[in-house]
Amino acid sequence: MPSLTEFLIVAAILFGLGIGGIILNRKNIIVLLMSIELILLAVNTNFIAFSHFLNNVAGQVFVFFVLTVAASEAAIGLAILVVWYRKRRSIEVVDLDALKG
Amino acid sequence: MENALIYIALLMGLLPLGGALIAGLLGKRLGRSLTATIASSMVGMAFLLSCYLFKVFVMDDHAVVDQAFYTWATAGIMRFDVAFLLDKLSMTMCMIVLFISFMVHIYTVGYMADDPGYTRFFSYVSLFTFSMLMLVLSDNFLLLFFGWEGVGLVSYLLIGFWFDREAANFGSLKAFLVNRIGDIGFLLAMAAVLMYFGTLTYHDVFTQAPGMIDKTLSLFPNYQVPVITLICLFLFFGAMGKSAQVPLHVWLPESMEGPTPISALIHAATMVTAGIYMIARMSPLFEYSQATLSMILVIGGTTAFFMGILAITQNDIKRVIAYSTISQLGYMAVALGASAYDAAIFHLITHAFFKALLFLAAGSVIIALHHEQDMRKMGGLASILPITYGTFVIGALALCAIPPFSGFYSKDIIIEAANLSQLPGARYAYYCVLAGAFITPVYTFRAIFMTFHGKERMPLSVRDHIHESPWVVLIPLILLAIPSIIAGEFLVSKMIFMHPTLLGDSIFVLPQHNVLSQIHDYKSAARMAVDAGLTLPFWLAIAGIVVAWLFTLQCPQWSEMLKQRFSLIYRILLRKYGFDDFNQIVLVDGTRDTGEIFYKTGDVKFIDGVCVNGSGALIRWFAKAGRQLQTGYLFHYALAMVLGILFFLVWYGWGL
Repeated sequence: MPSLTEFLIVAAILFGLGIGGIILNRKNIIVLLMSIELILLAVNTNFIAFSHFLNNVAGQVFVFFVLTVAASEAAIGLAILVVWYRKRRSIEVVDLDALKG
Repeated sequence: MENALIYIALLMGLLPLGGALIAGLLGKRLGRSLTATIASSMVGMAFLLSCYLFKVFVMDDHAVVDQAFYTWATAGIMRFDVAFLLDKLSMTMCMIVLFISFMVHIYTVGYMADDPGYTRFFSYVSLFTFSMLMLVLSDNFLLLFFGWEGVGLVSYLLIGFWFDREAANFGSLKAFLVNRIGDIGFLLAMAAVLMYFGTLTYHDVFTQAPGMIDKTLSLFPNYQVPVITLICLFLFFGAMGKSAQVPLHVWLPESMEGPTPISALIHAATMVTAGIYMIARMSPLFEYSQATLSMILVIGGTTAFFMGILAITQNDIKRVIAYSTISQLGYMAVALGASAYDAAIFHLITHAFFKALLFLAAGSVIIALHHEQDMRKMGGLASILPITYGTFVIGALALCAIPPFSGFYSKDIIIEAANLSQLPGARYAYYCVLAGAFITPVYTFRAIFMTFHGKERMPLSVRDHIHESPWVVLIPLILLAIPSIIAGEFLVSKMIFMHPTLLGDSIFVLPQHNVLSQIHDYKSAARMAVDAGLTLPFWLAIAGIVVAWLFTLQCPQWSEMLKQRFSLIYRILLRKYGFDDFNQIVLVDGTRDTGEIFYKTGDVKFIDGVCVNGSGALIRWFAKAGRQLQTGYLFHYALAMVLGILFFLVWYGWGL
């Protein structure tokens, strides 16, 4: 059985990959959504690891909440993505530059 | 009775203004002849009123009337009234001004007949007369200044009357600017009077003047100036501008660019006499400032002699007369400096007659030759223009002080007064005016011989069309020729030798300065003319005529020889002693260059570059930098968030 530290390291790597995906990805919005998924999974991993090592079930309960929210978030995100594609004919991140004054 | 008189004076002053307004505003609608009639008759009526007032005040010896009818402004305890002072001096001046102005109005009908600006001209001339009357009639410095400025303004308009000519525009600007320089002096004097006397009314100022003699003002540290001297110097500075004394004379020759009637008016009755009149009026102040009187003597003498010499080198008939005006104004200034105020006003009167006559006669020559003013293209006109010739010669003889013409009396007395004056500078002034008595006939008769005698030098096409001017031009000449002959004889005893004199109490002279009372051997005007045969000025004048005859008619090659022999002096004279060059190079160009420097560094570089465009550029640069922060890309914002979190984590982790 790996130790807590090892679990946390894996979670941190996943989290870092997720963040890196958001920052470095210039092409596809779907990759963006996947990166967000990755960040949430990293958090879930942390929750489960702590729950196991601290003998507290509340962590695992939280993971279900997070999974639910992640699923609905993905659904809404993909729906927006489809509408966006219809409107702009492009799902590239560099085209999403309307967020400025 | 007094009320009636002041209102007659007011009417007299306002008639020319009415004429000016009618001619100026309604001139186009009324047509040319009607406008001319109205404007001339207005001035004519004013002249009749002035004759009446002259009779009342001067002949019947009516008491001085000093009355206000309108309060212009009040400021604290100061009150500025529009008020007239009717006394012998102002009435005499009014009559002269209106007489000359009336003659000029009549003359203008003929002289300007073909000019498109006919009605405008009448409007200006009437306005000129109005301004001069205000100047003469006023009983305080402020109204005097109003007239003073009015005269300056209208002279600008009139000299630049032919505004499509470059020279006329230049001349009018020059006249205006030089007069402004003199006005600075007058304004400062007015300010000083207001500061020390607390009032601007002549009467109050003059009664306080004797108590002010010892009052001094420290202009510089450790250097005390008597207040009265300071005021008088500033006043004289103003008079130098108006009355064309060296070095502020430069505008007067340029004023020849205006139409000839206006030259006559400027030189004879209005404008240039304003300074002389003003100093005579302020005699109760000037008497207490010996330093100023000395300065007036020196400047007047310099003007009288050196400006006379310049007239000899001029070839434009009007410019010769213009320089002679400056020279004669120098004579008047010498008389003022010698405290012979009566003599100055006397010369002013006789000069008004014969100078107006000379100008109008010159104008008659000029129209006969179709606006040719160059004397080198004239000659032999005596037989073609007999009346013009006759009147011109009368004017010239009066100007040259040949007895018994009017100029003789006034000029002789001025020379005598300068001789008797004990003030510092009087000797110099005496020699100047004495030499001037020789110079005057040289240039005057040079002009006569070049214009009316000798070979006919005009082109043939012009020669065939020359004929004597119309009567409307000749009548003023004849009317002016009569006083030019007899005015001196008629006035000399009344103005100078009788007690009280014609001007009476209007003039104040300290007993120790009273040079006129020292001229004893006076018996009668006729006797004075006969006795002139024994005096130096008379023979100098005769010598001058002979020299002029020799050099222009008899042996013209002599003058060429002289020009070559003394070419340096001749060149200096042609450059008019370099006054114009000095003004042009130092003042005009200097001002322009300084302005250029300030424009280039101050305006373009600092204000435009740094202040206006600089602040704009700074904001633009700032905005450009700020815009880099807002790309609109999600990943940039995410990066910023991560970096921010890291920053705060590190901050927290270090425990700061």
